[in-house]
Amino acid sequence: MKIKNIIEQVMKSFFFICGMMTIIAMLTIAIYLIINGVPAIREVGLFNFLFGQIWAPVHSTEPQFGILPFILTSIYGTFGAVLIGVPIGLMTAIFLSKLSNPKISVVVNTAVELLAGIPSVVYGFIGLSVLVPLVRETFGLLSGATLFSAIIVLSIMILPNIINVSRVALAAVPTKYEEASYALGATKMETIFKVSMPAARSGIAAGVVLGIGRAIGEAMAVMMVAGNVANMPELFRGVRFLTTAIASELSYAAAGIHRNALFSIALVLFVFIIIINIVLNLLLKRGVK
Amino acid sequence: MREKVKLKTTNSKNAKTGNNNDVGIISQKLPFKRRFHGYIMKGFIFFCVAFAVSLILFLIGYIFYRGLPHVTFSMLTSTPSLLRGTVGILPNLLYTVYIIFTTLIISLPIGIGAAVYLNEYATNRRLVRIIEFTIETLAGIPSIIYGLVGFLIFVRMMGGATILSGSMTLSILVLPTVVRTTQEALKTVPISYREGSVALGATKWYSIRTIILPSSLDGIVSGVILAIGRMVAESAALLFTAGAGHALITNYFAALQTGGRPLTVALYFYATEPGQWGDVSSTDVAFAIAAVLIIIVLVLNFLTKLLKRKLKKI
Amino acid sequence: MNIITAKDLNLYYGSFQALKNITMDISAQNITAFIGPSGCGKSTFIRTLNRMNDLIPDVRITGDVTFLGENIYDKSVDATLLRKRVGMVFQAPNPFPMSIYDNIAYGPRIYGTKKRILLDEIVEKSLRDAAIWDEAKDRLKKSALSLSGGQQQRLCIARALAMQPEVLLMDEPTSALDPISTTKIEELVMELKKKYSIVIVTHNMQQAARISDYTAFFLLGELLENNNTNAIFSNPKDKRTEDYITGRFG
Repeated sequence: MKIKNIIEQVMKSFFFICGMMTIIAMLTIAIYLIINGVPAIREVGLFNFLFGQIWAPVHSTEPQFGILPFILTSIYGTFGAVLIGVPIGLMTAIFLSKLSNPKISVVVNTAVELLAGIPSVVYGFIGLSVLVPLVRETFGLLSGATLFSAIIVLSIMILPNIINVSRVALAAVPTKYEEASYALGATKMETIFKVSMPAARSGIAAGVVLGIGRAIGEAMAVMMVAGNVANMPELFRGVRFLTTAIASELSYAAAGIHRNALFSIALVLFVFIIIINIVLNLLLKRGVK
Repeated sequence: MREKVKLKTTNSKNAKTGNNNDVGIISQKLPFKRRFHGYIMKGFIFFCVAFAVSLILFLIGYIFYRGLPHVTFSMLTSTPSLLRGTVGILPNLLYTVYIIFTTLIISLPIGIGAAVYLNEYATNRRLVRIIEFTIETLAGIPSIIYGLVGFLIFVRMMGGATILSGSMTLSILVLPTVVRTTQEALKTVPISYREGSVALGATKWYSIRTIILPSSLDGIVSGVILAIGRMVAESAALLFTAGAGHALITNYFAALQTGGRPLTVALYFYATEPGQWGDVSSTDVAFAIAAVLIIIVLVLNFLTKLLKRKLKKI
Repeated sequence: MNIITAKDLNLYYGSFQALKNITMDISAQNITAFIGPSGCGKSTFIRTLNRMNDLIPDVRITGDVTFLGENIYDKSVDATLLRKRVGMVFQAPNPFPMSIYDNIAYGPRIYGTKKRILLDEIVEKSLRDAAIWDEAKDRLKKSALSLSGGQQQRLCIARALAMQPEVLLMDEPTSALDPISTTKIEELVMELKKKYSIVIVTHNMQQAARISDYTAFFLLGELLENNNTNAIFSNPKDKRTEDYITGRFG
């Protein structure tokens, strides 16, 4: 009996520790990012760091650490991906929740699952070997590795997030709303776009925000198609995102301010993600109500 | 009476719908504008669905077309060597397997344990909410940040990037997936099972071990498959944490101490760093790896479907 | 004058026959009540009158329903235009999750009324006709879901009236409401029959007796008896009708 009790207590503590591990992991990530990210910001100055337009960390006489190009590129790139990905994703979600029959749904669902399952490095590679040359030739550029290419790749990568979340939200719209609309002499399309979609708007918004989170956090695919140059963003120019700024220099950045500045970029990205997450949570909660 | 109804019909209705035809008011077509709107929206929807489906068909088709010819026996069984002029992805394949295995060993107990705590033990609602919010947040953190933090903590701890430090990093990354899917699986266990077990005088751990975990096993397994899918696909988190070796190491414990590129990371370097081994170019190797990755994704997807079907039957 | 006539109407859900050879006339500008035990087909039948059953997969219908002389199941008929003229109020109040104003303006907007002045007029008139104007006029921009259940149901009636239908179908409109709200709706329905032909499905025989001019009794998908309400409740011809209205089964 006594041994039984001891085992019981041990297991209880074990499960408790496991539960706390998530919080520990989260705190560790936050603390490490802050400890390692703050020094460079201090040295450069918060304003100069966030709004400086020139990133020249290895300049021999006057190194500069302005990450505005990365911030703006991440914002523009995400915005562009949302602009293209949301209509396509939302329409697919409408199809799956309102128009499809079970047989076709299986096909489309499998397609969406596979889109979600393809590794981002594969997206980047196909982007590099198909899209980038295509963009170069179509638009007569010196290089097709541009913000435009990155936007196309990102818009495809966020499709599954948008489709899945919006589909669930649309399917959850009570049929009584749709019935009321039909009974007033509205057509199916009018009902979908004027009743079902507005009723599912917070869920759809959650899908969009999830897509934004994925787009802003994507590194590998973007690194392969965006040209990776620290320019201020322009659609047909090589650019560097917040994520790729970290990824492309971490391996050779010398310890000191250069390496610390990369941690600072990660901190900025982390802040972005936390904000997106809070918005997402608010939206999901509103959807439940 | 008939007159009155007819009158009302023609006046109020026709004024609004713009129909002048006296008979057959409902046997008319909708106004052109509304029909047109319907066709356009429907057309747009079908276009988008067709786009999404043909996109995946193109991606898989193209990767197989360019990659499968290079997925040869020698590609799968040799190692890259400039001296011998051979190239192969066996080491990378092994590193991926080592990483999956190690990550599962670390993340499964913690993840399943955390889910059990949340579902079976936790009584403090606020703590549960905090943990669940933490899990949501962890799930949203980009993998490059995991890579960076792994680089700061685990790589320093190991004194270099190794399979072990990469796996540790990945363990945190997949933790939310494991916890969430296990929680879902645990929720499907009927309360009556728990009550039945407790009524027989079983202790909590005993009922978890003998009743609750076994009956949610299928759900947990499908969560594990999902997590494996994420590990196979992950690259950014491993770029700086798993090392850069490509030597063939068959001893698992030796491999833990060495650095090595898993398939995804190898794909990245083959894709961006030109090279030639005999008549095989680095691009060919990259396509071969892409094809192998797609095959793994397809297999995992198929397994998940099988499990789901099995779950439905029960 | 009959506004709707059903002739030899059969309806199947897959292989199950839910309506059997229904033939009946529905009188204009009167209230016709459908009564009968659950599953008797009365709700299914009322939904054939504005073709709401079209929305359910695997439904097959034979026979005719004519509305003002046109067969509504004719191939040339657009159910959308039919539903505009045969309005419907459902069992549970189902206002859209939008403002009160937008709920009423929904139908007119779809049918091309965009001008603010016209819409304002329609909204006020419909709310007045549905006897909810006084309660709603100061909160037109508030969500319709903030109204009470009874108010929501009157809003749904107003929303249907905004389309100026000829017929108003009401599928157990008071079954989800409290007695006071029920009385209000009943009074409203009596008022509305001056302008509209009303069909009401009800579980409540007193309600049928109180408000309807004609009553039809359904059992197991068949129309057993259809007559003047007074006649049905005082002198039912079929034994089963008598058993039902005297409460021997339900």
